[in-house]
Amino acid sequence: MNDRKAVGVETIGMTMRFGAFTALDAVSVKVPAGSFHALLGENGAGKSTLVKCMMGFYHPTSGDLLVDGREVAIASPRDASALGLGMVYQHFTLVPSLTGAENLVISREKVPGIIDWRRERADLAVFMERMPFKLPLDVKVAELAAGEKQKLEIIKQLYLGRSFLVLDEPTSVLTPGEAQEVLGLVRDMTKAGDLTVLMISHKFHEVTAFADDVSVLRKGRLTGTGRVADLDHKAMAAMMIGDQPIAALDSRAAPKPDAEIVLKVKSLKAPDRTGLKSIRIENLGVRSGEIVGIAGISGNGQKEFLEVLAGQRPRDGGEVLVRGSAYAATRAEARALNVRLIPEEPLKNACAPKMTVAENISFRTFDIDGNGRPVNWISASAIRAFSAKLVEQFKVKTASLSSPIASLSGGNVQRAVLARELTGEVDLLIVSNPCFGLDFSAVAEIRARIMKARNAGAAVLLMSEDLDELLELSDRIFVMSDGALVYETPIAQASVQTIGEHMAGHH
Amino acid sequence: MDATEIGLWGVPLAVLGGAIRVSTPFIFVSLGEAITERSGRINLGLEGTLVFGAMTAYAVAVMTGSPWLGLIAAAFAGLCFGLFHGWICRFPKVNDIAVGIALMLFGSGLAFFFGKPFIKPKAPNLPAIPFGGWSDIPQVQAALDVNVLFLIGAVLSVILWWAFRNTRAGLIVRVVGDSSDAARAMGLNPDTVRLLATGVGGALAGIGGAYLSLYYPGSWTERISSGQGLMAVALVIFARWNPLGCFAAALLFGGAGALGPALQSVGVTQGYYMFYAAPYILTLIIMIATSSPTRTLAGAPGELSITK
Repeated sequence: MNDRKAVGVETIGMTMRFGAFTALDAVSVKVPAGSFHALLGENGAGKSTLVKCMMGFYHPTSGDLLVDGREVAIASPRDASALGLGMVYQHFTLVPSLTGAENLVISREKVPGIIDWRRERADLAVFMERMPFKLPLDVKVAELAAGEKQKLEIIKQLYLGRSFLVLDEPTSVLTPGEAQEVLGLVRDMTKAGDLTVLMISHKFHEVTAFADDVSVLRKGRLTGTGRVADLDHKAMAAMMIGDQPIAALDSRAAPKPDAEIVLKVKSLKAPDRTGLKSIRIENLGVRSGEIVGIAGISGNGQKEFLEVLAGQRPRDGGEVLVRGSAYAATRAEARALNVRLIPEEPLKNACAPKMTVAENISFRTFDIDGNGRPVNWISASAIRAFSAKLVEQFKVKTASLSSPIASLSGGNVQRAVLARELTGEVDLLIVSNPCFGLDFSAVAEIRARIMKARNAGAAVLLMSEDLDELLELSDRIFVMSDGALVYETPIAQASVQTIGEHMAGHH
Repeated sequence: MDATEIGLWGVPLAVLGGAIRVSTPFIFVSLGEAITERSGRINLGLEGTLVFGAMTAYAVAVMTGSPWLGLIAAAFAGLCFGLFHGWICRFPKVNDIAVGIALMLFGSGLAFFFGKPFIKPKAPNLPAIPFGGWSDIPQVQAALDVNVLFLIGAVLSVILWWAFRNTRAGLIVRVVGDSSDAARAMGLNPDTVRLLATGVGGALAGIGGAYLSLYYPGSWTERISSGQGLMAVALVIFARWNPLGCFAAALLFGGAGALGPALQSVGVTQGYYMFYAAPYILTLIIMIATSSPTRTLAGAPGELSITK
């Protein structure tokens, strides 16, 4: 199945227009056989459009595709796979309730009507012998760790005989250790000439460590290409974002070790989403003027922990105290204790998508007057004035205050939510994955706002799957694994290696 | 035929016999619904399909004199209903539950409309195999008079259980039910797979209906189903989408349904109406016991609209 040697792929003047919008403007990228090529770019720069044109999902407006130097027409993903081109998506395409073996066999082009599992298993064992990854194939995919799923995705492509692989941000869900391992093994295969890889990424250190060549896209144009060895991070960043201004992070005000402990969590227990396991937070304190980061691979209970703190999930026991008083996340308590929340996927978790920007921004304040007393009649003009001020102040780009918030881009939704949550006095700020899926300048700005809130004396609890973000912002880092906080380190002694090992549960 | 002859032993015996007799439509409807739901769609219209299948089977059996032709006609009618549901649900933003409820009413209404002239005539019954011949006790004989459809249903549940793991079709249904994206990435069209799965589910529900009118209770009336098609949907959830579980759960529901008549037959005159409600109460209890606000159902197909 994997007898084919690596193939090289080249695009010439690839252009893709959607109506008046040009998503891809005459992009020529050459990926020679057996090389590891990185494709860099911001969200919306045209990376996915380019690879979808290669894979036959889109039909380019103009431009050619060469496979091994010969011009080919790819009308559908089926044509692409016949030529040995395959793609590993950012979101897993494995079927969770099937085992690894079932997933592999059913994805094959020709599957017999009745599957002879004894023979298939023997064939798979022979195939796995030649693979660099070792994986349990008789376990349901849902029970595999993220890193194992990613490996299985890659193995699936190889099993299907693909020899040119597009990897779409392959490490976004992996621990640093897992990322290192997966990319290292893939790199060995390219070196051996078995595989050609085009990796979409936005992590410079990965590009530097593993790729041979890099191409950079910005707003649909190729803005740079070259040997990775000749480029440093700064040069790549310049190609990627051009000359737009980037918000600078406030310098960190010196932490006060004796500051008041604003958030205290004691022996908290709550069921997780499967109901089979529970999360247990023994003891966690967040002081005023510090950012406490919680690292962990998604699915280790961070989401449930946040939901408990946000009042979305009942708890079995334990205490959550804010400034010494019990906190059950009612509206009155949040208002009295100045607790603010920025959950992940803000459009889904912190907004009413079809309500207007103005209404969404005033969710915290629409029912009180200037002195904090409840009002009976809601004043539309006050809501507009209030949100107009905030939209201005937080640079939310919106067509109008009465547009539905769902029509805004991800970065602007997050800005609107930040505007709502960071206005007024903030004593405790709970944040989860605030920058997921946002572009460079939005990320920098949002991180700067969080740092500003910290320096102004807020206690910040930051949960993130992005270790770089935690290392940049936090004063202390905890690692959450299997529903418990398993490791704590002050930022000065934090090491990616040790944190990664705890994330993977190797301790 | 004196029920008191074997005393209270009559109750478990009648429950056993009832379980076998009453469970058969549950088995077929729930197996059909299991196939449909495993493909990621829910068809609440099976209640209507069941009633229409019962009417069709009875009418065809009356007209041709052959219960088997009636059975085939019922399966075909069910297939049409299933395909109709699947076809409507192919359109974007159509809610399968709402369509199911509409088809439930449509199927029942259509059955009443066409079924009026068939309330009087007598149709030939589907054959049963007397497994109780070794015993002299009439109650034992009655309990072990097993209809062929029950046996077919039992075999079918084993076959389905096997097929979901060992055949291409079975794996494809599971793939589509668990992740539309994965299915599309494999070049499968989820809508087509669901259309066929809903069609097969409808055909099985039609067979369940044929059993109602051609064996037990064995005549066509408008109140023939009394919600069995809906209970079968609950039963699939209880059985965790496992065909073998569906068979076991159908037996349990059948037994519960036979409790009322059994108590009446041994001379309990007070409160046996309560036991007539047993299957409904059981449905409620099961739904409450197996659901929870804080966790998702284990084994639920990922694309199912009610568990998503």
